[in-house]
Amino acid sequence: MKYVTEYRDAALVKRTIREIERTVTQPWVLMEICGGQTHAIVRHGLDQVLPPEIELVHGPGCPVCVTPLELVDKALAIAAQPGMIFTSYGDMLRVPGTARDLFSVRANGGDVRVVYSPLDAVKIAQANPDKEVVFFAIGFETTAPANAMSVLQAKALGLTNFSVLVSHVCVPPAMHAILGSAHNRVQGFLAAGHVCAVMGYWEYPPLAEKYRTPIVVTGFEPLDIVQGILAAARMLEAGQVGVENAYGRAVTYDGNRAAQAVIAQVFEVRDRKWRGVGMIPLSGWGLRPAFAAFDAKTRFDVGDIQPQESPLCIAGQILQGLRKPHDCPAFGVDCTPEHPLGATMVSAEGACAAYYRYGRHFANLEATHV
Amino acid sequence: MCLGVPGKIVARYEVDGLPMGKIDFGGTVREACLAYVPEAGVGDYTVIHVGFAISRLSEEEAQATLEMLREIIQLEEEIGPADGAL
Ligand code: SF4
Repeated sequence: MKYVTEYRDAALVKRTIREIERTVTQPWVLMEICGGQTHAIVRHGLDQVLPPEIELVHGPGCPVCVTPLELVDKALAIAAQPGMIFTSYGDMLRVPGTARDLFSVRANGGDVRVVYSPLDAVKIAQANPDKEVVFFAIGFETTAPANAMSVLQAKALGLTNFSVLVSHVCVPPAMHAILGSAHNRVQGFLAAGHVCAVMGYWEYPPLAEKYRTPIVVTGFEPLDIVQGILAAARMLEAGQVGVENAYGRAVTYDGNRAAQAVIAQVFEVRDRKWRGVGMIPLSGWGLRPAFAAFDAKTRFDVGDIQPQESPLCIAGQILQGLRKPHDCPAFGVDCTPEHPLGATMVSAEGACAAYYRYGRHFANLEATHV
Repeated sequence: MCLGVPGKIVARYEVDGLPMGKIDFGGTVREACLAYVPEAGVGDYTVIHVGFAISRLSEEEAQATLEMLREIIQLEEEIGPADGAL
C-alpha cells in the first residue's frame, strides 16, 4: 500500500535509529502526544531499539482515556433510557464508568450501536424517526470535523431526533498544562500528526518559545516516528528551540482551512475536565448556542451523577508522562483489557493497553520482538 | 478510533448534498466524506479519519522526506558507522 509500505522499511528505520545514536550525547525525555503513536511505538518495538539516552513518555492524546468520568456516566444513563438508540465509536463501549460500561447497558437490553463515522449515526436517525438517536461525540481535533459535520447535516436534513453528547478536547492547552507543571519532565514533543493535519501547526511556535522546547510534527509509521525523534534530538543537542514538520506529506502550516471553518461554525472554546488529569482551562470545545437543539447534555435529564474513579488507577499520572503503566500496582493484576479499571487499559491508543498487549510488564524488559 | 489511514479516492459523488467518495485502502473499499478535501480528485491519496478525508497527501512532500532520509544514510556509508567518533 502506497504511503504505508515505504514508511515501514526496516533497513531505513534501523539506519535512522543509528543516526539518532550518533546524534545524542546525553539523556533526553521526549513525549509523543498521540496515543496512536504510543501504540505504534510499542507495537513495532521502537522503545526497545532506541538508544538509552532517549526516553519516550506517553502523552494524553487518547480520546477515550481523557473523556471525563461524569460524561461517561451520563452517556451510560442516557443509553439506558427507553426509546433510545445510543451510538458511539467502538472504543467507548468498554470504557469503565463508575458502575458499568456501555457493553453492559447493551447486555441489559439497551440499543447501543457502534458507528464508524458520525454520519452513520445521522443515517440511523433518518431511518428511525420514532426513536431518539444520540451520538457520543468525543475526541481531539481529529474527530471534530466529522462530529461537527454530523450536526450540520442533521440540521440540513431537518432531523429533530438527533443529538450529540459532546466531549471535545484540544492538544495545545494540554501541552501548556504539561510544560507548565512543576513536575514536568518533558524536554521535547512529538506533536500529533493528524491533529496538525486538521489544525496546522501555527499554534505551536509560541509554545516552543515560551517553554524553550522543540516540537516536531510527527506521523504514525515507524519511519515517521524515528524521523520525528531524530529531528527532536538534533534540536535538543544543538540547543535549538522551534517547530519542525516531519510529516510534510499530510501536514501544512495552515492545516485544513475547510475543516477549521466548520469546527468554528459548530463549536466554541470551553473549559474541559480531562479524566485523571483534572480541569484544564479553555482546553476543549462545546456546541455553540445556535446548535443547542442538538445538545444531548441538556436534552436528557438523567438526574444526579456521582462519579467515582477506581482508587487504584494512576492513569492521570501516566497521561501526564509522570509514570509508566508498569508502575501501577493494578497493571496486569486487577486491571486487564478484559477487566479494565481505567480507560487507558481499554482503547488501542491507551498506554496501559499497549503495554499489556505487547508485553511491557516490567521496566527495562529485554527486546522480545522488533 | 483515532487512527487516520491513507487511502486512494476511486470515485467521487454526492449523497444528501454532501460530497462523498469510495476510498481504496489497499484492497478494502469504504465510503468516506470528501467535504474537507474539495481539491482532491479520483486517484489522489487522502488520510481518512472516522469516515472523513482530513488531508490530501502530497506526493512531492513524501518524496522529499524519503530523499532526505536516504541522504542521511548515504552520509553514514561515506563516513562509516557511528562509534562515538563524533
Ligand atoms: S493499569 Fe489499569 S488501573 Fe493501572 S493506571 Fe492503567 S488503567 Fe489505571
